[in-house]
Amino acid sequence: MNFLARLFQMIKKEKSKDTAKKRLQLVLIHDRTDISPEMMENLRKDLIGVISNYLDIEEDKIELDFSKEERSVALVANIPVKNVKRRAERRAEPA
Amino acid sequence: MDPRIIVVTSGKGGVGKTTTTANLAVALAKAGYKTAAVDGDIGLRNLDVVLGLENRIVFNLVDVVEGACKLQKAMVRDKRVENLFLLPAAQTRTKDAVSPDQMLKLCDELRENFDITLIDSPAGIEQGFRNAAIGADEAIVVTTPEVSAVRDADRIIGMLESMSKSPIRLVLNRLRPAMVKSGDMIDVKDVLDILAIDLIGVIPDDTAVVISTNKGEPLTLGDESIAARAFSNVARRILGEEVPLLDLEASDQKGFFGFLRKALGL
Ligand SMILES: Nc1ncnc2c1ncn2[C@@H]1O[C@H](COP(=O)(O)OP(=O)(O)OP(=O)(O)O)[C@@H](O)[C@H]1O
Ligand SMILES: [Mg+2]
Repeated sequence: MNFLARLFQMIKKEKSKDTAKKRLQLVLIHDRTDISPEMMENLRKDLIGVISNYLDIEEDKIELDFSKEERSVALVANIPVKNVKRRAERRAEPA
Repeated sequence: MDPRIIVVTSGKGGVGKTTTTANLAVALAKAGYKTAAVDGDIGLRNLDVVLGLENRIVFNLVDVVEGACKLQKAMVRDKRVENLFLLPAAQTRTKDAVSPDQMLKLCDELRENFDITLIDSPAGIEQGFRNAAIGADEAIVVTTPEVSAVRDADRIIGMLESMSKSPIRLVLNRLRPAMVKSGDMIDVKDVLDILAIDLIGVIPDDTAVVISTNKGEPLTLGDESIAARAFSNVARRILGEEVPLLDLEASDQKGFFGFLRKALGL
């Protein structure tokens, strides 16, 4: 490829195959962490339960989502804290 | 060699499972291995017509698993190639006619009688796919370089992994080198990056495939197209040979039309 052609490619808009690849990678993140909304809701409830033993949290502002780092997927939770409890309210040891 | 059973599957429909199964079965039989091509698409049988054996069918897979006839009796022997046998699907039954247990038993019997068995799976991720895959040791996943097909392939690969199939290898079908070159088709490398599995072959999009299906003569019977060579190479890789990938782009520009395409920059 000569210089002009290369320059032309650089200014040309993104190739459709690159768009395809990006879209695929994004959609697969979700497919691969295919957790049903129901399971996600249970996870949220359980998390609230555990964390509330130690912290006062804003339950309706919790954000739970999957994020992809290179080749791995992470569960990212953003849980706004209102207050730290002085004493843990843990009742029973887990079985 | 221990007997091998390989399921050919895809998730998405119409990407070339049956075409691949037929061509590989012919090539493997030609290489001297006693080969069974099994149509696992109960109710939508197709492998028989792609192989050109539709007129010779008497019994089918459902007859065998129901015990209505012996396996040997249902297998259609191909007269063009020594060692090649077809087990047709039932056309007038649904996939519920076969249970996973029956498929497992059938696969045991196939193992006793054939060196290599290829099972053509139906599209989808439902029972039909599960039946086709359950008795197989290995899998070949067919996809085309399109977003929807690759996505479905990823789903199927996950399922095959959880069924402990190994190896699971990819055939990338219907690649169009000119489109890849112009940046309008995802390339082999992109697909492998995304799916992270081993490649066992790349088949170009080739009018020869359509013509061979029209005639009921798989390309690997002796055609000289690039697709024919690509399929033969997949068969050799199945047999453990190391065969380099074809340079599809170079072959795309051979001949008069290739010259014309090149001259016109297509
Ligand atoms: N490499 C190729 N070049 C050109 N045409 C092809 C190629 N591979 C497959 N085809 C065509 O694509 C169509 C679908 O192929 P095939 O029947 O093998 O797909 P399939 O995955 O078995 O479909 P189904 O999911 O319905 O069982 C056929 O018409 C076939 O001729
Ligand atoms: Mg098919």
